[in-house]
Amino acid sequence: MDEDVVAWSATVEHESDERSLLAALRAGDDRAYERLVSEHGGRMLAVARRMLRNDEEAQDALQEAFVLAFRGLPRFEGHSRLSTWLHRIVVNASLMKLRSRRARPEESIEPLLPTFMEDGHSTHAYGEWPEVPDRVLERSEVCGLVRASIDRLPPTYRTVLLLRDIEELDTGEVAEQLGISANAVKIRLHRARQALRELLDPHLRQGGA
Amino acid sequence: MRSRIGKTAHYRGEEFITCQEVITFLLEYLSKDLSPEEEQHFERHLAICPSCVAYLKAYRQTVHLGRVALRREVDAKPPELGVELVRAILQARA
Repeated sequence: MDEDVVAWSATVEHESDERSLLAALRAGDDRAYERLVSEHGGRMLAVARRMLRNDEEAQDALQEAFVLAFRGLPRFEGHSRLSTWLHRIVVNASLMKLRSRRARPEESIEPLLPTFMEDGHSTHAYGEWPEVPDRVLERSEVCGLVRASIDRLPPTYRTVLLLRDIEELDTGEVAEQLGISANAVKIRLHRARQALRELLDPHLRQGGA
Repeated sequence: MRSRIGKTAHYRGEEFITCQEVITFLLEYLSKDLSPEEEQHFERHLAICPSCVAYLKAYRQTVHLGRVALRREVDAKPPELGVELVRAILQARA
């Protein structure tokens, strides 16, 4: 069978399966709730861990997310996939946890940003990084290095980077969630990416350390 | 961009925007939020500045690497929830 036909048929089957799961959830079927948690819970917990980097808080966020999801089910119209809807809910629950952490003085991001001479030229010449195919990258130590480097970003910047680049919320949504302007989101995102580039540079630069 | 750009420099008798302007407005450039005129200024600078070209490429790679590394973490093998946690979640339904 043609690959496109196989993919289309799998999508139709998935949608039909999801409609029947939704109907069962709305009817209050206990097994449907168990299925929802077992099918989506692991991935949602991984998303919460990715944002919070704390297992206890991630489990709390997951529970809170499911409570919100159960309450919100009657209003879920099925315009998006259940997994997409649940992903958004667990991201929001994790963000609430992040906000509730006691504010601590944050390290400045400035030392990780590019510097310039008075005439606007960069203070040093940048070099290229090698291109690494994703399939190689996924198995390499680089993934661990990238994760560790993201964790080193000041929390204010790390949160914006995660929400925009990883969880794929748009600028307006991030601004609303964080209670800051869209322009502030763009500035933080740009600085976070620049700082991450700087942290990775010594490891990835051609002929680098 | 003229209204936003503070600095220009001369190279071989021609005026170019500086590395500082390129790196400061990189997000707007990559998001296609610059006017055609602003974009042209960017591309003229990139044509003569290998350092900014390298910075731009590494910036793009940084975004990509972040996505691959963190999505891999979630996609590879979702964690088991454990009986207690599943029970707590399902009890919250009541």
